Amino acid sequence: MGSENDDGAAHDGASAPPAEQRTATTLRINAERHTLDLDHRRVLLDVLREDLDLTGAKKGCDHGQCGACTVLVDGRRVNSCLLLAVALDGCEVTTVEGLAGEGEELHPLQRAFLDRDAFQCGYCTPGQICSAVGALAEAAAGHPSHVTGPATPSGRPVPLDPDEIRERLSGNLCRCGAYPRIVEAVEDVVVP
Amino acid sequence: MKPFGYVRVASVEEATEAFAAHPGARYLGGGTNLVDLMKLGVERPAVLVDVSRLPLDAVEELDDGSLRVGAAVRNSDLAAHPLVRDRYPVLSQALLAGASGQLRNAATTGGNLLQRTRCPYFQDTAKPCNKREPGQGCGAREGVHRDHAVLGHSEQCIATHPSDMAVALAALDARVELLDERGARSVPAAEFHRLPGDRPERDTVIRPGELITSVVLPAATAWLPSAYRKARDRASYAFALASVAVVLRVADGRVAHAGIAFGALAHRPWRAARAEEALVGGPATPDAFAHAVGLELAAARPLRDNGYKVPLARNIAVDVLTRLASAEAP
Repeated sequence: MGSENDDGAAHDGASAPPAEQRTATTLRINAERHTLDLDHRRVLLDVLREDLDLTGAKKGCDHGQCGACTVLVDGRRVNSCLLLAVALDGCEVTTVEGLAGEGEELHPLQRAFLDRDAFQCGYCTPGQICSAVGALAEAAAGHPSHVTGPATPSGRPVPLDPDEIRERLSGNLCRCGAYPRIVEAVEDVVVP
Repeated sequence: MKPFGYVRVASVEEATEAFAAHPGARYLGGGTNLVDLMKLGVERPAVLVDVSRLPLDAVEELDDGSLRVGAAVRNSDLAAHPLVRDRYPVLSQALLAGASGQLRNAATTGGNLLQRTRCPYFQDTAKPCNKREPGQGCGAREGVHRDHAVLGHSEQCIATHPSDMAVALAALDARVELLDERGARSVPAAEFHRLPGDRPERDTVIRPGELITSVVLPAATAWLPSAYRKARDRASYAFALASVAVVLRVADGRVAHAGIAFGALAHRPWRAARAEEALVGGPATPDAFAHAVGLELAAARPLRDNGYKVPLARNIAVDVLTRLASAEAP
């Protein structure tokens, strides 16, 4: 709470903290390299939105409770509001802006969300989509979930039914309640 | 948030040295709880010593058949690890019952153990809390305490420990390995967290500057039937109201081994030693399970608004014991 102001003030010359509270940090974001002189207090979400104009990731709760800020770091979905950017030096970050291929080609999950009308206000959507990208990769890598049956073999891809999708996306809240369509959209990509 | 220094270290020796060299230092793992508490003004470190990239990220089998889990192993990777899923299902289940996919990808094994209570009085600097500010008083005792402790609480503090993982570790007889400049030591997971007493600011027995290097899962509890059950307000992504981890071996209709720990009932995972003692050697029947769990929970001292936790904990424990004994999937 209040951290938006605290963080926002910190990268301006006049209010800049001493050098030992800032560190030059290199991040590769959507395949582009950025070296930034960062106040240690700044979280990845604020760097994306305020410094790099990547406003797809949203600030919902700012406390890791809503998932609207979800991005992929080194291919894994994470809450960007809880990651200190300085600690990510050398990491690869993918935001919703970086999911689409060259040209106008949308990521299959973006396409599915459009086709299924899987949103109302759209505020949570970039987080939902990045989270779904991560969840599909986790299932393919054999990661179980809370609802995966105990007899499911270890180390093999986990099939995703609607119960699995709901559980795996439980870290993304949608206050419009678009959940049924979100589950359908993800299902479309799992079972083309 | 208060400005702070940042140091990334490459070895455990560098980590403990950096901590000792910087007054007001804190170790940074995945940061999912620490960074949040810094935003809330509850934690105000002068320097963060980043231990998240230390070479403590492996799960390895030791010669004696035990499994060593590095402190920097992420919760999601630990839950998915085939050796953990196959040998210690209760640990995988407990991890997957906690937090969200995003948080489990960031949170580390060591950090999970060191996460702080989610008591709303602790997290709000405008409210009194003996854990945050010793001597301030406890707002929860006469306030909103539906989620709080029913066992082992004190006049000073009624907070619960929020980890699911730690409950499974306690039931499995795991050990926590620690290191500081004085050397290495190992403590039972069930004794790593402490009861509040008159020092509620201390969650664990860890010394200032001591670093968790690994958690060791013993060979003795590998392959035993085990399960975790968590009761919460919604189906996913919520802290426990009550939870239980059970490790049970039945031979010829009698209990040969029982490891039982409750979560969300106390300031630490509550190892149910009385229930275990009552069970071992006796019949593995629902009546015996109900009797033993009842003996354990007779020590409960519920507060005004959390009495529901006692029958809830009893029911989930008896159910998990019964299912494990009948070799059904719990």
